[in-house]
Amino acid sequence: MPEIKPMEGNQAIAEAMRQINPDVVAAYPITPSTEIVQTFSTFVANGEVDTNYVAVESEHSAMTACTAAAVAGGRVMNATSSQGLALMWEILYITASLRAPVILTVVNRALSGNINIHCDHSDAYGARDAGWIQLWGENVQEGYDNLIQAVRIGEHLDVRLPVMNCIDGFLVSHSYELLQVEDDEAVRAFVGPYQAVKPLLDIANPITVGPLDLWDFYFEHKRGQLDAYPPAKEVIVEVGKEFGKTFGREYGLFEEYMLEDAEYAVVALGSAAGTAKDAVENLRADGMRAGLLKLRAFRPFPAPEVAAALRGKKALAVFDRAASFGAASFPLYSEVIGALYLAGQQIPAIDILYGLGGREIVPEQIIEVFRSLPEVAASGQPANPVRYVGVRE
Amino acid sequence: MSHYAPDTKYQDLAPAGIIPQAGNAVEYITGTWRLQRPHRRDEDCIDCLFCWVYCPDAAVPVQGESVKGLQFDYDHCKGCGICAQVCPKKCIDMTPEGH
Repeated sequence: MPEIKPMEGNQAIAEAMRQINPDVVAAYPITPSTEIVQTFSTFVANGEVDTNYVAVESEHSAMTACTAAAVAGGRVMNATSSQGLALMWEILYITASLRAPVILTVVNRALSGNINIHCDHSDAYGARDAGWIQLWGENVQEGYDNLIQAVRIGEHLDVRLPVMNCIDGFLVSHSYELLQVEDDEAVRAFVGPYQAVKPLLDIANPITVGPLDLWDFYFEHKRGQLDAYPPAKEVIVEVGKEFGKTFGREYGLFEEYMLEDAEYAVVALGSAAGTAKDAVENLRADGMRAGLLKLRAFRPFPAPEVAAALRGKKALAVFDRAASFGAASFPLYSEVIGALYLAGQQIPAIDILYGLGGREIVPEQIIEVFRSLPEVAASGQPANPVRYVGVRE
Repeated sequence: MSHYAPDTKYQDLAPAGIIPQAGNAVEYITGTWRLQRPHRRDEDCIDCLFCWVYCPDAAVPVQGESVKGLQFDYDHCKGCGICAQVCPKKCIDMTPEGH
């Protein structure tokens, strides 16, 4: 029977990993994701899983070992944060290119410098072009649920891509929430056994993996890889529906919270979406038609779907928890206005930079942003869309 | 990628950038990068096999524990000169290509 248990985000991730029972975990712990591999290594030591746990000497080695194990034919998982993800950067692209469905939980933490251990999204945003699917969760339950679904999404034969399961550092990783822990058997039945495609350890059918690939074929291989992302979007929806039928919590590419009849909308991802829900409820009680689009799939980015969900809104505020230094606007905002442009929709939109390095964001701040949107709607698209919330200036 | 015809479309390549066979690096000619060509004076060679051991590209053929009489694999030798450097008899000369 499913049980309701108080659990931290990290414990919930480790619990899902125990239930999934992957073949290989090669990890190098880093705050705030440390507890995931620490807890999981206890499961390994106690014989609760069959996983081959490899203690490596760096995150670069961790992702190398994970990618190699996946190419060899294993179901592989890992967890990291911030500088750890940055050190994996070189390998991330290779994992995706080799279509190795490694599942990596990224407990989001600010990148140095200066050194900071708290939440922002600079780590995962930095990996957005590496070819990984990125699922973002709002809370402990979503981190747990997304990890289970990530296995099915990444391993789907139309996809075969690695997946990042992003949860906010400390805000989710170290927060106790009531988690519905599903039955071990039900989770194992949902993820199913792993059938690797052309594994390197199939010595009767030898292949060459990752060969020299110059001007003559590299472009064709990248073109082929690009074909994996549109099906990935469909598979995310398909698996989210099946998860809903099985466990009662359905997932899609994003969540629409009081969005349909909203005049003013916020777009956000991660734990701030929960804060935004409070703001939306408050404003609705006050008579403002406020709504939220909480993005779940940042990669592949569901551009037409996002544009359709935002059609007819009077003004938008897109919340970015990391900058893109030197860019005219920041990653999530740029994606959203790109989606609107492609759909032929001109909606005045501002880009809210918030929460860097773990700076708190509270409902009142999001309410204030909402209250500024009628003015944005009246005056039209500002040339510089960036606004700062929560910084002293 | 010599496994495929040069005009192969992307749709016809195996996914994940693999070559669906093994042991094919020999077919991919990379020796054209070479700026300096090694040449061994066999009369001074003592068959210590240092050149064979140290070659980073398996471009020193060996037969029956001897390299004598066998030409370097110029299809794959990059001309790095490591063989000449490690040769205890200094019997490998590097000469610029095109001379």
